[in-house]
Amino acid sequence: MKFEERYLNLFVLVGLLLLPIWAQAMDEPFTITLATRAVILALAAVGLNLALGIGGMVSFGHAVFFGIGGYAMGILAYHAQTYTTLSLGLFETGGTNSMPVIWLVAMLLSGAVAFVIGLLSLRTSGVYFIMITLAFGQMFYYFAISWAQYGGEDGLSIYVRNGFPGLNTLVPIEFFGICFVLLCVTLVLFARLQSSPFGLALNAARQSKSRVAAVGLNPTRVKLLAFVLSGAVTGLAGALFADLNRFVSPTMFSWQLSGELIVLIIIGGVGRLMGPVIGACVFVALEHFLGEITDFWHVSLGIILLCIVLFGRGGLIGLITGKEGAHV
Amino acid sequence: MKKCFLAATAAALFATGALAEVKVGMITTLSGGGAGLGIDVRDGFMLAIAQSGRDNIEVVIEDDQRKPDIAVQLSDKMIQSERVDVMTGIIWSNLAMAVVPAAVNQNVFYLSPNAGPSALAGQGCHQNYFNVAWQNDNLHEAAGAYANNAGYKNTFIMAPNYPAGTDALTGYKRFFSGDLAGEVYTELGQTDYAAEIAQIRASDADSVFFFLPGGMGISFLKQYADSGIDLPVVGPAFSFDQGILQAVGDAALGVVNTSQWNKDIDNPTNAAFVESFQAEYGRLPSLYASQGFDTANLLLSALEKADPSDADAFREALRAADFDSTRGEFAFGQNHHPVQTIYAREVVKEGDVFTNKIIGPALENHSDAYAADCKM
Amino acid sequence: MSSILIFEQILNGLQFGVMLFLMAAGLTLIFGVMGLINLAHGSLYMVGAFAAAAVAGATGSFFAGLVAALAAAALAGAIIEIGIIRRLYDAPHLDQVLATFALILIFSEGTRWVFGSFPLFLNIPQGLSGPVSLPGGIEYPLYRLFLILMGIAIAGGLWLLIERTRIGIQIRAGENDREMIAALGVDISKLYTLVFALGAALAGLAGALVGAIQSVQVGMGEPVLILAFVVIVIGGIGSIRGAFIGALLVGLTDTLGGVFLPELFKLFMDSGAAQKSGSAIASMGIYILMGLVLIWRPTGLFGARA
Repeated sequence: MKFEERYLNLFVLVGLLLLPIWAQAMDEPFTITLATRAVILALAAVGLNLALGIGGMVSFGHAVFFGIGGYAMGILAYHAQTYTTLSLGLFETGGTNSMPVIWLVAMLLSGAVAFVIGLLSLRTSGVYFIMITLAFGQMFYYFAISWAQYGGEDGLSIYVRNGFPGLNTLVPIEFFGICFVLLCVTLVLFARLQSSPFGLALNAARQSKSRVAAVGLNPTRVKLLAFVLSGAVTGLAGALFADLNRFVSPTMFSWQLSGELIVLIIIGGVGRLMGPVIGACVFVALEHFLGEITDFWHVSLGIILLCIVLFGRGGLIGLITGKEGAHV
Repeated sequence: MKKCFLAATAAALFATGALAEVKVGMITTLSGGGAGLGIDVRDGFMLAIAQSGRDNIEVVIEDDQRKPDIAVQLSDKMIQSERVDVMTGIIWSNLAMAVVPAAVNQNVFYLSPNAGPSALAGQGCHQNYFNVAWQNDNLHEAAGAYANNAGYKNTFIMAPNYPAGTDALTGYKRFFSGDLAGEVYTELGQTDYAAEIAQIRASDADSVFFFLPGGMGISFLKQYADSGIDLPVVGPAFSFDQGILQAVGDAALGVVNTSQWNKDIDNPTNAAFVESFQAEYGRLPSLYASQGFDTANLLLSALEKADPSDADAFREALRAADFDSTRGEFAFGQNHHPVQTIYAREVVKEGDVFTNKIIGPALENHSDAYAADCKM
Repeated sequence: MSSILIFEQILNGLQFGVMLFLMAAGLTLIFGVMGLINLAHGSLYMVGAFAAAAVAGATGSFFAGLVAALAAAALAGAIIEIGIIRRLYDAPHLDQVLATFALILIFSEGTRWVFGSFPLFLNIPQGLSGPVSLPGGIEYPLYRLFLILMGIAIAGGLWLLIERTRIGIQIRAGENDREMIAALGVDISKLYTLVFALGAALAGLAGALVGAIQSVQVGMGEPVLILAFVVIVIGGIGSIRGAFIGALLVGLTDTLGGVFLPELFKLFMDSGAAQKSGSAIASMGIYILMGLVLIWRPTGLFGARA
């Protein structure tokens, strides 16, 4: 049974939307929370997919941006809740509880950090790129652990979810709606970008640097821009994730999280529009259901992941549509 | 007819309020590196539930994998889907900080079987939050008090660089009246302590205090014993519990550590607990198991008096702490943290098994430093 | 700070470094010859430590434990190479990352299944325990000296194996041109299994040797794995010499940074704050080192120029 990828994509998105609506009707709020988690992880992985899938930059340090997004939310909301001022040298602010402002700050900050990390890391390639991004991730992780002002390893609790004009974000289905809309907007932008001249140049830069250079573009600059956009999207996801949990901690910077984001993309299919979304849904579902069956559920998860690698080249989408994915 | 019968049963059930179904949510660490502690708490807790003979208590157990974000989601699930009355189980302070404040604000009771972060003992205390183990600083404070009694004048102190580590050193310093020969923060998860041991050797310390929970403590003790330094070592019970002592071996023999519980505390409840735990699970209980057991018995004692749906009555019943603790006397202070005796104990070998023996109390009827900040 | 203390810390850094080398050597060989990123290398380290603890516990002999560690890790390595890894040599790096990530999950939880959730006991053998006096009045643990010598001896042995034996020639040829050596009639799949098992055995040996002074527990392999990756990236992937130099650099940076940075900070801060910020920066030290090396030489110190 071979499916057109377009129909599969539509099917998944509609399913992801209907599940929480059904859960709302059945009064199963936890299912909505799970779906929200899947949507946010998907958003983070869509960000990574831009760098990894199209640009061929295997970043093993994307947790940096996820964590920066999370801490942007945590710190701004912390100061707003405790009525303390956050002094940034040049100016002072009292923090904020408004989601849109937090999102903007999260994206700007993670984009800026992505610019610096990208500038340094893109001097290398291949396995060295994987490792230098990992190194940056570890630096941020250890920094966050010893950052006593914002909780260090204990992390920072924000007892009330931040607000969005016109909505009650504490209601699970309304918060899900916000995240789902953001994911859809990002997916549309991702699809547009993929077929834009910039996307084509980025795709070409992955396959052959010299060919891009030959038509007068600077491949490193193209990749750097993609890396910055990628970091900003993952940063946005980090801010949402922190709001979902009403909590941030250094584990958002951990290398395991960077690894999980990569795993999500591979499960779904590298470089595909909906690869991260399908990967995130499958991963969250496995995590939830396997955990209910046995204490030793990591073994089953490991075996399932192995099967996906050995028998499902091109991820689940490749398996269903019968088309191989992009090579990285 | 059938309908009538059902209604009658339902009415009968509601009439005897104290016998209604009670749902308990336990979030604890059951997989990965720290699983040993969570398993002990769970086993101790379930042992007490089984011994109570009540079959109308449902315990929902979930594994947090020691990840704060997973713990928060499980807590959402417990409250939103399972609609539990009482929650318990969390081992680590950072997970507790992520879960407890939100849970108690949603009118769920939380009984902590292990973590006692200072933020929840002072300004952040809450009427629905009860700690059945200790405030985090307690065992370290007792270690400081013991060091005074033992006549130590100059201690080298050491802990990992994270909040619980800072609290540990603060707790020790709060009670220790001598000088510090050195104060070192190690990396969290560090496995090699050669550099720190060299610093201890080069210092003029007369004793060493360390807080290195889990595998970190095993590594340090083995390396310290092999270094040939023979300064006395003091630490909290976390590096000397039943689960890891066997892995430390001879290196731990004779080391003094502080704990609110030990298997030789002389009271009938404790003797019965140690014996039945061994019979049920085939191993000696650890202090975590005793805390799980006490937590369940506190819950059971409160359920005898009131139903959780009557929150005020149930809270009063918990506050009374009217149960037989494995530690002997047990009472809550005004911030719902234990006021208890903390003992100094020594690592000994009984046959082939390494275990602890009580030397004597280090601090009696000890509360915590944050209770005064708690406005409840 | 006395010169004795400084010298002792340098020895500690060396000891940490040579143990990292045992891990990194296998990792870099496997990458150099087969082009495989093996995240499960840390699991083989753990397998070695658990095998050593189990056998030493049963027989009472530490050296029987070492032999068991070598055998168990080599066997585990050979099994996963033949069963799984072999299918991934032509796969993209990403698939290798995912597959070996899956192997970590299976190994860790599998080990917990078999041995339980509590750490195992493994101790230093009688003959090697306690400190010895070195010239200059330094008291240093004998076992750590043994580790340093052991590490250097194995490094020498590896060098001989690669530079002076037939297998070594095949390995070097495999690093340079895989198709060519297959065309020359070398049984390439046997060579791959052998290299993988050799790398695994080295990791298992490191696990057993270090396990005697640390905690033998599930998950012990992952932190070391990350450090070993840092080592081979600094040294240049595929280069044994690079791994050796990289391991010593990382070992010394980590040990000396943790001791001297807080001292340095004390010059302009109060003691407690200096301790905290000094050790915070020290924990980032090796990653900062790696970042600097890669910015200076994008393929590591001894890596092939891309």
